[in-house]
Amino acid sequence: MSTAVTSPAATPPLLELRKVSRRFGARPDLAARIAIGIGAAKPLPVVHALDEIDLTIREGEVLGLVGESGCGKSTLGRIAAGILTPSQGQVFWKGEDRANLRGRRKRDADLEAQMIFQNPMAALNPRMSVEALVAEAPKVHGLIKGNSGSYVDEYLRKAGFDAGMKNRLPHQFSGGQRARVNIARALAVQPDFLVCDESVAALDVSIQAQILNLFMDLREQLDLTYLFVSHDLGVVEHVSDRVAIMYLGRIIEEAPVDEVFARPNHPYTQQLLAEVPRIRPGKRRFAAMKGELPSPLNPPKGCHFHPRCPLAHDRCRLEAPKMREIAPGHRSACHLNDKQAA
Amino acid sequence: MTALLEVRDLITEFPGENNAGLRAVDEVSFQLARGEVLGLVGESGSGKSVTGFSIMGLVDWPGRIAGGQILFDGKDLAGADEETRRSLRGRRIAMVFQDPMMTLNPVLRIGTQITEALHAHTHISGTEARARARDALGLVGIPSPEERLDAYPHEFSGGMRQRVAIAIALLHQPDLIIADEPTTALDVTIQAQIISEFQKLTEQQGTAVIWITHDLAIVSGLADRIAVMYGGRIVESGGIQEVLEAPRHPYTRGLIRSVPSENSRGSRLAQIPGVTPSLARMPSGCAFRTRCNRSTEACATRPGQFGDALAYHRCFHPYEEALA
Repeated sequence: MSTAVTSPAATPPLLELRKVSRRFGARPDLAARIAIGIGAAKPLPVVHALDEIDLTIREGEVLGLVGESGCGKSTLGRIAAGILTPSQGQVFWKGEDRANLRGRRKRDADLEAQMIFQNPMAALNPRMSVEALVAEAPKVHGLIKGNSGSYVDEYLRKAGFDAGMKNRLPHQFSGGQRARVNIARALAVQPDFLVCDESVAALDVSIQAQILNLFMDLREQLDLTYLFVSHDLGVVEHVSDRVAIMYLGRIIEEAPVDEVFARPNHPYTQQLLAEVPRIRPGKRRFAAMKGELPSPLNPPKGCHFHPRCPLAHDRCRLEAPKMREIAPGHRSACHLNDKQAA
Repeated sequence: MTALLEVRDLITEFPGENNAGLRAVDEVSFQLARGEVLGLVGESGSGKSVTGFSIMGLVDWPGRIAGGQILFDGKDLAGADEETRRSLRGRRIAMVFQDPMMTLNPVLRIGTQITEALHAHTHISGTEARARARDALGLVGIPSPEERLDAYPHEFSGGMRQRVAIAIALLHQPDLIIADEPTTALDVTIQAQIISEFQKLTEQQGTAVIWITHDLAIVSGLADRIAVMYGGRIVESGGIQEVLEAPRHPYTRGLIRSVPSENSRGSRLAQIPGVTPSLARMPSGCAFRTRCNRSTEACATRPGQFGDALAYHRCFHPYEEALA
């Protein structure tokens, strides 16, 4: 998919994240704070889900976000969709700081970014008919005047769902059909930007192909921008224009899809991309990356990847590497790039 | 060559409406030699897991094996009593499930569970059992196995739990392991770790494996032979190379072509139209004919097995040419 991307100087990017961090954890009450203060209790555990993320999504592009479970990619997706606020840092939506938006502007910004979740059954109210599910949000926001029937039909059709079955309940449909209802519901508020969080992960291969085709058709018809969050490298490689790779709360590499698959720079990316599922008959040895993702409760110092990295040296254990541009549009956070430059 | 396992026309039924038997497994036949790896591939509801359960003798009432034979080392298991089944299960045939918590009891320490499995089939002392349990954990790559014996399943990550489940399956050096999507719930990097351990150990011990999965990419690098299931039947079976490079059945072909990495970047994926019909609404004749672009009137009759026991397909209009 090639896209005409307008020069970033002319128009602000659709979405820009600047030094966004997000922590999860209980806030200690007064007694707990005193206890911690005098050293009588341990500080409460805090999950560092995101650590100073910088990310730009331009209008019309598909950005694939890849990482292992627990690396923070869903949290980043939620912040991008505007349903979660960062603990630190700023999120700019079409050039404006989302935290400063009020009233009508805020409502519009909220509607313009929509999210499609992994498990359609958990995202759909089991007691509401398909029609009611799709009509609810546009009705509340005044996008439908009067009878909702034809409006709902249009969006169901766009999602490839037979509008004749709109009076049925979600449990009466297969996983693929539910995914389509979920998509129709997101589209019904006329968004510009969709965050797809593992939206095809639970589907069978043949159904997954149908839904991926639908995503690509909708992109052309409706000029949509996507943030495609997935652990499936094959899927991300197929749909994305640009790919960002996350590891334990940080983006460690970011590049156009051809570039990252042809010339992965970060040692983590290199090992991860070796696992892209490809059908190649003939027994092979499955090479394995050592270790597991460390706990985000207590991330390793320095470069988060150093305990699993075959190329780690002393500096990696102390200092977190900065993102550096190593080729046009290709950024990577690894100390080895400094060595080569020097 | 005598096969280690030979399944002949296996039928497993679950009761449906009006006492009509729903065939989750419908005349399935395949063979497996010692040390061989068979990839049993299909989408949800294709009957691949029920085939595995049938061989293990784990089909729960009201489901039942309604026909066919399961010849394991020459003995028919389809009609075998529970006593015979139990003496084989865990000792000569073991199973690894998708969710390791199906194998592990959440309230027992890992060590207790492993020694329990050892005592079930061998007479050894407690100390000896513990030593063997520790070795088994070490073998599947669990760090500091001695201490981990005293841990509970919830103290392990998903990947580590699956390693424990594999360690238990390998305890008695079984002749056959049925692995039912053992890596599906895991991250790609952990998946590769588990497969590589599994591959190494089963090759060392000469264990035959039935690897049940929906993932053609894994099977392509792991299996000697492949059987593709659709609607409870094996629609195509044969050597991994032959089937993946020149699939005869339209479903196999469609399945391979709908994998994103088999398509050029950003292109529309080749998709199979429609959805898998439920067991109650399976079309007569060829189960795939309602979604197939090659179907004709001939397909309303049920296609037999064309080919021999090791390589066959069930299609009246098979493709002849290799996949482009």
